[in-house]
Amino acid sequence: MNIEFRNINKSFGPVRANIDLNFSIKSGTIYGILGENGAGKSTLMKILSGFYKPDSGQILLNGKPVIIESPADAIKYGIGMLHQDPLDFPPMRIIENFIVGQKGGLIPSYKETIHEFKELQTKFGFTLDPEAYVDTLTVGERQQLEILRLLWMGANALILDEPTTGISAQQKEKLFAALRILAEQGKTIIFVSHKLEDVEILCGKVAILRKGILVGELPAPYQTDKLVEMMFGKVITLGDRNNVSQSNIVFELKNIFVEQYPMRIENVNFRLQAGEVIGLAGMEGSGQDVLLRACVGLIRPISGSVIVIGKDLTGKNYHEFMKNGVSFLPASRLEEGLVPGLTLAEHFTIAGEETKGLFIDKEYFKQKAEKMIDEYHIIGHQSSTVESLSGGNQQRAALSLLRNSLSIILLEHPTRGLDIESAIYMWGKLKERCMLGTSIFFISGDLEEILQYSDRILVFFSGHVSPPLDAVTTSLDQLGQLIGGKGWDQVFDIQENYESNAKS
Amino acid sequence: MSGDIILLGLAGVIASGAPIVIAVIGETLTERAGVINLSLNGVILLSAMLGFWVSVETNSLFLGFLAGTLVGALVATIVAFSSITLKQSQVAVGFILAITCRDLAYFLGNPIMGSQGPIMLSSSVPLLRDIPILGKILFQQSLMTYLSIILIFVAWYWIFKTRPGLMLQGIGEKPAAAFVRGANVLKMRYVYTIVGGALVGLAGPLYTLSVKPGWKGTITGLDGIGWIVLAITIFGGWNPVRAAFGAYLFAFLQWLGLVLQPYMTSIPSQVLQVAPFPLMILALLFVNLGNTEWMDRLLATLPEKMRLRAIKIIRTMQSQPPGALGTPFERQ
Amino acid sequence: MNQMQNRSLSFLFQIGGLILAVLFVTIILVLVDAKPLDAFRLIWEGATGNSTRVASVFVVWVPLLLVTCGLLATFTAGLWNIGIEGQITVGAIFTTGVMRLFLGSSVSPVIVIILSMLAGMLGGAIWAALAGLLKTFGGVNEIFGGLGLNFIATALNIGLIFGAWSRPGIASMSGTEPFPEQFWLPTFQGFRISLWSIGFAIIGLVIIYFLLQGTHFGLRLKAVGKGIKSAFRMGIPTWQHMMLSFVICGLFAGLAGAIQVTGVYHRLIPSISSGYGFMGLMIAMLINFQAIWLAPIALFFAALNIGGIQLPIVMKLDSALTGVLQGSLVLFVLLMQGVKQRFAEKK
Repeated sequence: MNIEFRNINKSFGPVRANIDLNFSIKSGTIYGILGENGAGKSTLMKILSGFYKPDSGQILLNGKPVIIESPADAIKYGIGMLHQDPLDFPPMRIIENFIVGQKGGLIPSYKETIHEFKELQTKFGFTLDPEAYVDTLTVGERQQLEILRLLWMGANALILDEPTTGISAQQKEKLFAALRILAEQGKTIIFVSHKLEDVEILCGKVAILRKGILVGELPAPYQTDKLVEMMFGKVITLGDRNNVSQSNIVFELKNIFVEQYPMRIENVNFRLQAGEVIGLAGMEGSGQDVLLRACVGLIRPISGSVIVIGKDLTGKNYHEFMKNGVSFLPASRLEEGLVPGLTLAEHFTIAGEETKGLFIDKEYFKQKAEKMIDEYHIIGHQSSTVESLSGGNQQRAALSLLRNSLSIILLEHPTRGLDIESAIYMWGKLKERCMLGTSIFFISGDLEEILQYSDRILVFFSGHVSPPLDAVTTSLDQLGQLIGGKGWDQVFDIQENYESNAKS
Repeated sequence: MSGDIILLGLAGVIASGAPIVIAVIGETLTERAGVINLSLNGVILLSAMLGFWVSVETNSLFLGFLAGTLVGALVATIVAFSSITLKQSQVAVGFILAITCRDLAYFLGNPIMGSQGPIMLSSSVPLLRDIPILGKILFQQSLMTYLSIILIFVAWYWIFKTRPGLMLQGIGEKPAAAFVRGANVLKMRYVYTIVGGALVGLAGPLYTLSVKPGWKGTITGLDGIGWIVLAITIFGGWNPVRAAFGAYLFAFLQWLGLVLQPYMTSIPSQVLQVAPFPLMILALLFVNLGNTEWMDRLLATLPEKMRLRAIKIIRTMQSQPPGALGTPFERQ
Repeated sequence: MNQMQNRSLSFLFQIGGLILAVLFVTIILVLVDAKPLDAFRLIWEGATGNSTRVASVFVVWVPLLLVTCGLLATFTAGLWNIGIEGQITVGAIFTTGVMRLFLGSSVSPVIVIILSMLAGMLGGAIWAALAGLLKTFGGVNEIFGGLGLNFIATALNIGLIFGAWSRPGIASMSGTEPFPEQFWLPTFQGFRISLWSIGFAIIGLVIIYFLLQGTHFGLRLKAVGKGIKSAFRMGIPTWQHMMLSFVICGLFAGLAGAIQVTGVYHRLIPSISSGYGFMGLMIAMLINFQAIWLAPIALFFAALNIGGIQLPIVMKLDSALTGVLQGSLVLFVLLMQGVKQRFAEKK
C-alpha cells in the first residue's frame, strides 16, 4: 500500500506537534521515521492509525484520500500499529488475545484458530505457545503476537513504534527478518525509532523529524554524522566521562537472593565506591528492577545482606534506607515519584529537611520552591501542580527535591521520555553530585546511555547478573550481545579472575 | 426424618440464595466491564418494594419482576451516565444512590406496608424431582430459582467462552487495547452496567414475592443485602461460578443462624441474624491477604519449599480485580 | 476563564443542582398524592417554628458536625470510612459502659461524665483503628471492612440492650434503663440542647480546619490521599498516616456517640447512631471536602431532619422523605459539577 501524507498539521494547545508534513511511502519498502523524543513521530503515527484527527491535511492510501476515524477504522483500511507498550491483555491466553476483536460468530472456534495461528507463525519462525498466558511472555514475544494478530486482521501496512526497546538481540534479529519477509510480500513497513543503528541496518529510506518539522528524507546507505546532524540540528557533545570514584565503599551486596514471583535473582555480590556510577543493563524484565528495589528495601531479600556505609540494613524498609542517605527515583514519575494534585511548593514542604513545627511556614516554602525552580530551570510556578508540568520538568523537579547530602541515588530510566537537552542536563546535575561523593546506581534500556555515563556495568539476563564490567573496555556490540544472553562464557571467565583477585 | 429436614434446609438455602446469586452475577458483569455500581443496597430495597407494589396492584408476578428490573436498569443508567459520561467518582455516586434509593423505598413503601400480595409457588420438575437427594434440593423450587441456577452457567459461558465475552474481559482489563480492536468501550460499559443493574433489580422482587414475602418497611430485613452482594463479587474473583459459591455460603450461614437459635439461647436472636454479614466480610480477608505487603515480606523469610507452596495456595485463593476497574476511559 | 468567573459559574451550577433536587422531590410528592408546597412548608416550620424546634435542630447539628469533621480527616487521606456508623455506635456503647460502672458510686458526676465521654472517644477510635488494620494488614478495602464492623457494632449494641444491659424484666427496643439526671450533660433551662456539646462541636471544627489546612501533618495526609506510592517514596510513613486519620475520625465519631448518650437520649438505644455517619459522608461530598462550608450545610441537613419529624404526624408521610431530599441534593450537585466540567472542557 502506498501511503502519502499531505500538509499534516496537529497541535496540542500551544504545542505544535506536526507542522506541514509532506512525504510518501511506497509499498514493499521498510521506511524509517527517525527523530528524538518529542519530535512528532508518535503523533504522526497516531494520526495514521486513527487515534488522532489531524487539524488539517490529508492522508492518501494508494492515491485515494481517506479519513481514518479510529484504530478499528485504520485496520479496515489495512493499517495496523504495534505500540511501544503492547496493547494486549496480560491475564488472558495468547489465543484469546488473538481472537478478541476478530469478527465472527458468537462462539469462536479455538481449534481452527489455533491451527491458523500456528501456520501463520511458522512463516516467520516464531514459536509461541497459543495456550500460554500473555503475562508470562517477554516484550519481544508480545510483539510477535501483535504482529501476527495484525496480519491476521488483514494489515497491509504495519507501523512499529520503537519496537527494539527492551527486546533481546536474538528477538531483534527475528523481528527484522520477519519485517524483511513482509516487505518482500509487498507490505508497507513503517519503522519509528530514535536508534540510528536500527534504522541504518533495516530501512531503505528514512524521514527525519525534528520539533514537528520534516527535516529531510534520505535513502540508504546512510552517513551517520549526517543523520545525527539532521536529528538534533547541531552536533551534540555529551558530557565527558570522568571517573570520580573514591576508594571507600558506600554500599555492598553480599550473597543477595531476591525473588519476585516468578523472577529469581541469586547470589549477587557487589561493592559500590563513593562517587561511582553503575549502570544496570538488560532487556526489560530481566531482573534489574527487582534487584534495584531490593537494594532500597522495597523488596525484602530472601537471604544475603545489604550494607550501606558499614551498616547492615537487610530487611529494613525504604524509610530506613532514606535515613541512611539512600534515595530512589522510580520510572513512573506520577505514580511513585511525585504526588499529582499537590503543588511544587507543597512538594518542597514535604521533602524539605528543615526541622518542622506543627504549623507550616507557607511563605518560607513558597520562596524555597521559587529558588529551586530557578536553580533547576523548571518551567512552572510554585503553585503549579506537578501533573501540569511536562515530563522533562517533572524529572527536574524530582531531582531538585532530593536531599543535599546523599550517599547513593538509585534511578530507574532517568531520561526515558526526555528530550536530549533535558537528558544531558539531568546527567550534568547527577555528575555534580558524584563529585561530592554521591554514588549512582541506575537502570536504563538505552545501552548508549549506560556506556556513556557508567564507570562500571552490571548486565542482566533472565535473572542472571554478571560481575561488574569496566565501561571503558566494553563495546556497544558486546553489551548488546550480553543482554541477549550471548557471550556469557567470557564474562564468567572474568568472574573467576575477579574472585581469585579478591582472594589474593 | 431428620435427614429430610436437612434436605429441606438445603433446598431452602438454594432458594434463599437465588436473589443473591442473581444480584452477584449482575454486579460481576458490570465490574467485568470496569464499572463499580455501589448502589446495590438501595436498588435491592427499592426494587423489592416497587416490585411488590406492582404485583399487589396488578396481581401479576411477572409485572412485579419487570418493575424491579426496570428500577435496577434505571439506577444503573444514572451510575453509568455520571461515571462514564460525566467522569464523576463511581464510589461517590454509587454510595449516594445506595442511601437515597433506600430512603425512597421506605418513603414510597409506607402505604403498602403489610399488604397481602401474590407469592411465587414452587413448581417441581417432573422426573428430575425423583432423583434421590438432589431432586429434593434442586428440583422442587420456584421458576426464579431455576433461572438463578441457569444464569450462573450462562454468565460463566458468556464471559469466558464467547467472542463478546472475551471482549468484555478486555474492556475491563485494558480499555485502550479493546478500543484498538474495534470495541466501543463507552457504549459497552453502558450496556453492561445497565444489564448488570437490571439483574440486581430482579433480586428485589424475588425477596418480596418469594423468599421473604411482603413489604414491611424498615423491618423487611433486606437492608445490608446489597453490601453483601458487593463483598461476594470480590470474594468470587469476578467469576460467576465462584461468586455463586459465595452466595450460597452466605445463604447457608443465614440458615445456620436460624437453626442454631434454639440451641444458643444465651445469644440474643438478633445477634445470630446479623452474624453472617460480618462473617462474609471476614471471608474477604482470605482472598485479599496475598495482596498485602507484609505477606510478601513474611513469605520472603520462609524456607524454600514452604514458600513455594504458600505462594501457590495464596495465588489460587487470591482474587485479582479487572485491571481498569473504577477508572474512566479516555480516547487518548 | 478567570477565577472569579469560574467560581460564580460553579455556584450557578450548584444552585442548578439544588433546583433539580427540589424538583425531583416535588415530583415524588405529586406521585404519592401529597401537596408538595404543604410538605415543604411543614418541614420548614418543623425546623424553625418555635424555639424548642430550633434547639432540636442544634441537637442534631452537633453530632452531625463532629462526625463530618472526622470524615474530612479520612477523606483527606483518600479513605472512604463507611465504618463511621459503627464507630459512633461503639463510642456510645463505651460511654454507657463506663457510666454504668459508676452508677450508685460516690464519684462526682462531673468526673463520671468526663470519663465516660473520653471512653466513648476511645471506643470510636478503637473501632476505626480496626477498619484501618483490616485495610493495611488484611488487604480488605475500607468500605467493606467498615461495613463488616458496622454490622458487628449493631449486633453488639442490640446484644447488650437485649442481653447484659437489658432493663430489668422488660428488654425492649426502647433501650437500656435511663441514667439518673446528674449524669446528663447540663442543658439550657427547658431545652434539650447543651451548651457543652455546642462548644465541643465548634472546637472540633476549628481543630480539624487548622489541622488539615495549616499543619505539616495535614499536608502529609493530603499527599497520602492523592498518591500513596509517591508519598511513601517521599519519606512519608503512609500506613501509619492512614491509621492516624482513622483514629482521628474515630475520636470524633466516638465523641458524637458519647454526646448521643450523655446529652440526648441518656441511655443506649438500638439506633443510637441515628444514621448520622452516612449523613456525614453525604455532607462531606456536598461541601467537596472543604471544612469552610461544613457548619452551615450541616445545619441545613439537621434542620431537614428535625423538620421531617412533622411529616408522619401531620401529613401521614414517611419521614424518610428528608433522606430522599438530602440524597438527591448531593447527587444532583455532584452531577452538575460533572456537567460543568464538560462544559468548561468544550470551551
